[in-house]
Amino acid sequence: MSAGGGLYLGLRISFQTRRWGTESMSDGHHHEELPFWRKYIFSVDHKVIGIQYAVTSLVFLFFGFCLMMLMRWQLAYPGQPIPFIGGLFSDATAPGGVMLPEYYNQLGAMHGTIMVFLGVVPLSVGGFGNYIMPLQIGAPDMAFPKLNMASYWVYLIGGTIMVLSFFIPEGGAAQSGWTSYPPLSVVAQEGQTWWLLGMLFLIFSSLLGSVNFITTIMHLRAPGMTMMRLPFFVWAQFVTSFLLLLAFPPLQAAATLQFMDRVFATSFFLPTGLVVGGAPAAISGGGNPLLWQHLFWFLAHPEVYVLILPAFGIITEIIANNTRKPLWGYKSMVYAICFLGFMSFVVWAHHMFMTGMGNFMSMFFQTTTMIISIPSVILLTALLISLWGGAIRFTVPMLFALAFLPMFGIGGLTGLPLGLASPDIHLHDTYYVIGHFHYVVAPGTLFALFAGIYYWFPKAVGRHTNVWLGRIHFYGSFVCANLVFMPMFFQGMAGTSRRLYDQTFYTHGAAVQDLTILSSFGAWGLGFFQLFFIVNFFVSMFAGKKVESDNPWDATTLEWATPTPPPHGNFLAPPKCYRGPYEYSVPGMSADFQPQGEV
Amino acid sequence: MSMEIRYIEEAHPETGLNNSKLGIWLFLASEVMLFGALFSSYIILRVGSADWPRGAEILSIPMATFNTFALIASSVTMVMSWASLKLNDFGKFRLYMGLTILLAFLFLVVKYFEYTAKFSHGLYPSTNTFLAIYFTITGLHGIHILAGIIVNGYLWGPGSTLWTTKPEMFTNRVEAAGLYWHFVDLVWIFLFPVLYLL
Repeated sequence: MSAGGGLYLGLRISFQTRRWGTESMSDGHHHEELPFWRKYIFSVDHKVIGIQYAVTSLVFLFFGFCLMMLMRWQLAYPGQPIPFIGGLFSDATAPGGVMLPEYYNQLGAMHGTIMVFLGVVPLSVGGFGNYIMPLQIGAPDMAFPKLNMASYWVYLIGGTIMVLSFFIPEGGAAQSGWTSYPPLSVVAQEGQTWWLLGMLFLIFSSLLGSVNFITTIMHLRAPGMTMMRLPFFVWAQFVTSFLLLLAFPPLQAAATLQFMDRVFATSFFLPTGLVVGGAPAAISGGGNPLLWQHLFWFLAHPEVYVLILPAFGIITEIIANNTRKPLWGYKSMVYAICFLGFMSFVVWAHHMFMTGMGNFMSMFFQTTTMIISIPSVILLTALLISLWGGAIRFTVPMLFALAFLPMFGIGGLTGLPLGLASPDIHLHDTYYVIGHFHYVVAPGTLFALFAGIYYWFPKAVGRHTNVWLGRIHFYGSFVCANLVFMPMFFQGMAGTSRRLYDQTFYTHGAAVQDLTILSSFGAWGLGFFQLFFIVNFFVSMFAGKKVESDNPWDATTLEWATPTPPPHGNFLAPPKCYRGPYEYSVPGMSADFQPQGEV
Repeated sequence: MSMEIRYIEEAHPETGLNNSKLGIWLFLASEVMLFGALFSSYIILRVGSADWPRGAEILSIPMATFNTFALIASSVTMVMSWASLKLNDFGKFRLYMGLTILLAFLFLVVKYFEYTAKFSHGLYPSTNTFLAIYFTITGLHGIHILAGIIVNGYLWGPGSTLWTTKPEMFTNRVEAAGLYWHFVDLVWIFLFPVLYLL
């Protein structure tokens, strides 16, 4: 359902942008007219695919967010019927509006899965990467346009399988968390098999995408666009693609093994002597549940950087543009992000300090974890110093970008105690961890993605977004996001376990119930302020102020040298690159910016 | 003027590769990670097991040896089909590519008899963890063989019309398919000793 809606919206927007695209073609050279379904549905144009990705993933993000708003009701008011919409639920999910524990688990597992694999990654890589990256390097399209199209459609199939799994009569969607730890996930009901199938499709999609991205960045840069002249956003996409390319296949392998366990009754992840429901399970045994955790986190830790690196890329573009000065430490940022990408492959077991895997392993992984914090701090510091002495324009994208810095900072700093084995043992299964990674991903990455939408909207659509709606969206989201996640640190330190259906069951959980209620109201408030974004998005698409220049932000990078919106083939003449990406306020120049593509 | 995607046929001056060759190398890198994860799982499961059977006691070494030679031979014919195109001999290409496909089929037929022999003795993936990993990895490898047959079959049949219009591009395609095919062979070269001999 949500996937279908996303597809429809994607079509609407591509239609809009393409229509203006043909108008903006100044000279009369003739393009072969493609039929509607080739132009807007099965398009091979990276910009149409990027918009399809972006809109579909925004719909998934909203859907995943709604799941969480339901969970927040159960957490704040356990056992009470959900107001207003409680009557809409079936007896298998929430009879009389009171959520069943099994349904709560489904919502939890699918919230994580949808937000990470169907929302944030497809938006930041599939959406922004697809649309912006070829423009920024001066390429006419991706290196493999048909693969690009295939990657979107495979993603859509995977997402549809995930959403449809809610409607399985026997047990509904997957209930074993987004991490799907065995043995629980192997003995779980049918929804888990659908989850695995969906994941196989999503992984295949990201494989197609990453091969395409790397080839495009290596081969299709415009003349003069050396690697050290690449906008930082492109660097972020480049490193991210390597992470997707090399980290996802082990999860593919793991998902295949778990699929075999569930469908062909093998015992890869089931130990000898496993007891299910009070009786010994009829299995051959000999498997290893920790093996799944190793394979899963071998993907899922690089995945954390897949979530955050494109966000850094977006923020960097916006900060350089809105401070009107060159980025501080571009080269150190490039080296830092490459080192970060490499290190992200050797920190995965810091998610597993609780498993008793041994002191030596813990020692190794907490050392690498401390090392990986260094490049992250370099990135954040360089962006912070870039603000120094700048003539900052407080545009809506810049507001989100500025908020990203402290929000990511809180998320990163609260992660330090989790990277060390001894404090982690106290904090790991509590709300503290939820607070930590949500600060990184929600007010961190999602703010960056909103910033990116506001920043590139005029280029993609040809119209400005409404500034006041944007400001309300920003300030409301900023306050509410902190209301949601800040209390979680205190809940966690008070010992409240995460994944509890009803935390008031325990005395120490009941003691911090007020914080839970505060957090829930924050979440609903956050939902309310997203309405301003949705309204702004649609109204601006059809009735926003038309852009008068192809470069409304006075930016330097090549995507602003295209017509607005960019036509098929992107550039009217093959672009050349003459200088680095952030030549702002060069002394002695009349304008305060020097575009990369102008002599 | 409108722009074309560059380096579809000619090599990029810095990497020395055209787009599809770089793409296929990247794809193979991810395949290494896929099979690498499965081999690692095999090691961890075997090290943690009290009674891991020897492959030779359960599996048929003669059949697997035959299959090993079939795949190695198919790699050789694959190279010769590409070389024939380089020598401008389309007829020889057809011959060698056809042989490659036949040898791949032969491999799958032998694999089919191996599988059914196991099933007839009541040996299933659920029987023990050794058989589980045997069926999983060889099954996944079999799917890769099948994919190779489809790609090579396309290049042998309908795809070969490209030879008349863009011979250079067609030769590149055969080369890219060849790189994939050699990788699939290479995986088997690892699978054979690990599963059957050790």
